[in-house]
Amino acid sequence: MRAAEDTTMETTNDQAAGIPGGTQKEDEKLTSEAAIETVGDITVENPRIQCHNVDVFYGDKQAIKNVSIEIGRNEVIAMIGPSGCGKSTFLRCLNRMNDIIESCVVKGDIQLDGNNIYSKSTDVVTLRAQVGMVFQRPNPFPKSIYENVAYGPRIHGLVDSKIDLDEAVENSLRRAGLWDEVKDRLQQPGTGLSGGQQQRLCIARTIAVRPEVILMDEPCSALDPIATAKIEELMDELSQNYTIVIVTHSMQQAARVSKRTAYFHLGELVEVGDTRRIFTNPQHRLTEGYITGRFG
Amino acid sequence: MEQRTVDLMQKRLKRRYAAERRFKWYGRISILIALAFLLLMFINIVGKGYSAFQQTHIRLAMTLDAEDFPSDISDAEALFAADYSGLIKKALRNRFPEATNRRDKRALYQLISPGASYKLRDEIIANPALIGQTVEVWLTADDDVDMYVKHPPKGDAGGEPGTQRLSEKQRTWLEQLRSEDRLAKHFNTTFFKAGDSREPELAGIWGALVGSFFTLLVTLCLSFPIGVGAAIYLEEFAPKNKWTDLIEVNVNNLAAVPSIVFGLLGLAVFINFFGVPRSAPIAGGFVLTLMTLPVIIISSRAVLKAVPPSIREAALGVGASKVQMVFSHVVPLALPGMLTGTIIGMGRALGETAPLLMIGMMAFVVDIPGSLFDSSTALPVQIYLWADSPERGFEERTSAAIMVLLAFLVVMNAAAVYLRKRFERKW
Ligand SMILES: Nc1ncnc2c1ncn2[C@@H]1O[C@H](COP(=O)(O)OP(=O)(O)OP(=O)(O)O)[C@@H](O)[C@H]1O
Ligand SMILES: [Mg+2]
Repeated sequence: MRAAEDTTMETTNDQAAGIPGGTQKEDEKLTSEAAIETVGDITVENPRIQCHNVDVFYGDKQAIKNVSIEIGRNEVIAMIGPSGCGKSTFLRCLNRMNDIIESCVVKGDIQLDGNNIYSKSTDVVTLRAQVGMVFQRPNPFPKSIYENVAYGPRIHGLVDSKIDLDEAVENSLRRAGLWDEVKDRLQQPGTGLSGGQQQRLCIARTIAVRPEVILMDEPCSALDPIATAKIEELMDELSQNYTIVIVTHSMQQAARVSKRTAYFHLGELVEVGDTRRIFTNPQHRLTEGYITGRFG
Repeated sequence: MEQRTVDLMQKRLKRRYAAERRFKWYGRISILIALAFLLLMFINIVGKGYSAFQQTHIRLAMTLDAEDFPSDISDAEALFAADYSGLIKKALRNRFPEATNRRDKRALYQLISPGASYKLRDEIIANPALIGQTVEVWLTADDDVDMYVKHPPKGDAGGEPGTQRLSEKQRTWLEQLRSEDRLAKHFNTTFFKAGDSREPELAGIWGALVGSFFTLLVTLCLSFPIGVGAAIYLEEFAPKNKWTDLIEVNVNNLAAVPSIVFGLLGLAVFINFFGVPRSAPIAGGFVLTLMTLPVIIISSRAVLKAVPPSIREAALGVGASKVQMVFSHVVPLALPGMLTGTIIGMGRALGETAPLLMIGMMAFVVDIPGSLFDSSTALPVQIYLWADSPERGFEERTSAAIMVLLAFLVVMNAAAVYLRKRFERKW
């Protein structure tokens, strides 16, 4: 554990001051009860990522409220919850992707391997190479398919020769289940692919960098069952060595791939625990309501 | 019973379509008005200016007696000194021996442009073998003759104002020449080859074109890198705070500053303080850079802003540094727009007159500028100067120069469209 003074790091944005106080009223409107206490065990034995009291604000709108959770080594954790509850927002905190949203302020303490990722000494470029991300909306570069996948390995100097690079590209595309569809058109634009193909291209681009933590924001939302199975297989394989955080709207998928599940509701972490337990025996009534399909 | 949507919407549907039709018509009418004005302008300019692309010439039989030339005809320098206008005068006297008194002779000599002797000189120096022969030579006619030929007087009333400058006798001579096929309009190469002149028939736009070219070269070389660099920095790297807001406001204000103010600034700063040569393209280039910079910065920032944030996220997400993100992903997408903005800015600079007047680029410059530091004019300034001249020959040249300027603007705008199409990534 870190010293106490480290626990309230702010991002570079200066709008932070005075925001939390002003939104108290709105918060009460959003959740009928004040500050939900997270149900379940937020700690893990061998934590890779530790989040404590994370608050995220978009301007003066609070999107994440006091979330604390630990994510283990080689763990697949699923984040579920109704649309707009802050899953993506939370995920983007983990590799500081929210830095580029001007109005966004992150407070609290997020540690990767015991180092605060929001501290001044953290190099954000290294962090993002270490914590890769697949975005909710497929966002291939407006370049060729090959270039899309090769870009990461190239800028990080992961390969020495063109042959190695070719191999890395092929390997990544294969693992994302896209190789057979694109092997004859590697030089064609990545943006010319179908939505689902773009999604897999983005997955290939992310794993080509060989990140140790992979954040996946609804990576299968546009995929058919076969491609989905392929990606889930990939996650299984990656989880041998890496940590995976996946946001999904499919509870079946969460059940299939994850060991732990976290349920978010209106910016708050309501419940976290063993996936099987969450789905069979939810403790909080909000979780239960979501799982049984009463809302969400 | 509840009414169906299709029945309920009928009433409004008609109005909705009517609104659409109305809007289409508004659009068509405004385009029509714009086109009408454009057409009016073109007709006016072309109608006045097309005649300047032709110049009246007079063909004379020139007896190039060897005794009129220095003995050593292979010596170009000696040939240079020969009395060519004397030769022309002799040829004129030979053709019209009836002009004997001094007044008639003077009137006769006035038919040929004073510049014709230089052309004759150059021709003979280029081909000394002509000496000793009698050759037929086309000589540039004086601008009064040119006007008389281009705008023949109607009836006996004396014709239009310009043609009255010719006397009865001169007109008779011209008619005689015409009947012998010795009077004809040729393509006006002088107009495209020469610098400015006091004589309309000897004046050309080449000097102004070269001046404009040098000026724009300086402007482009300075304003594109500085403007695009500033835009990239402000948009991508600068922290967003009060200072950058202030800079943004000021850049926007600069874009709206009347150009003559930049001229005054250039005069005070570049010429008086830094000692940049007056009237030179380099000074003009500096001043036009000041004027173009805000335009380029604003348009470049706009296209940078328009690059979708998802591309930035994608680049940063795989661990690209900010510089890598900007230069390998954002700038390539924004480049066509930046080029377009730059070319449009350059187009504005090409047509700009006021600031150039302030820094002395309105001087009467006959020589074609050879470098960035020579005195010169620019195309729009030349137009301004000619428009101010009383001679009728300059009137058509003004319109012709406007046509040339417009042609360059059209070419530049076409280049902007081409570049946008060429580099635009449709994917
Ligand atoms: N860039 C932004 N600026 C302002 N508010 C934002 C921004 N992004 C998200 N929000 C707000 O933050 C809240 C959480 O959004 P987030 O995208 O994290 O939801 P989500 O759980 O990922 O939803 P979904 O399942 O639909 O993707 C929402 O109320 C949203 O309106
Ligand atoms: Mg989301």
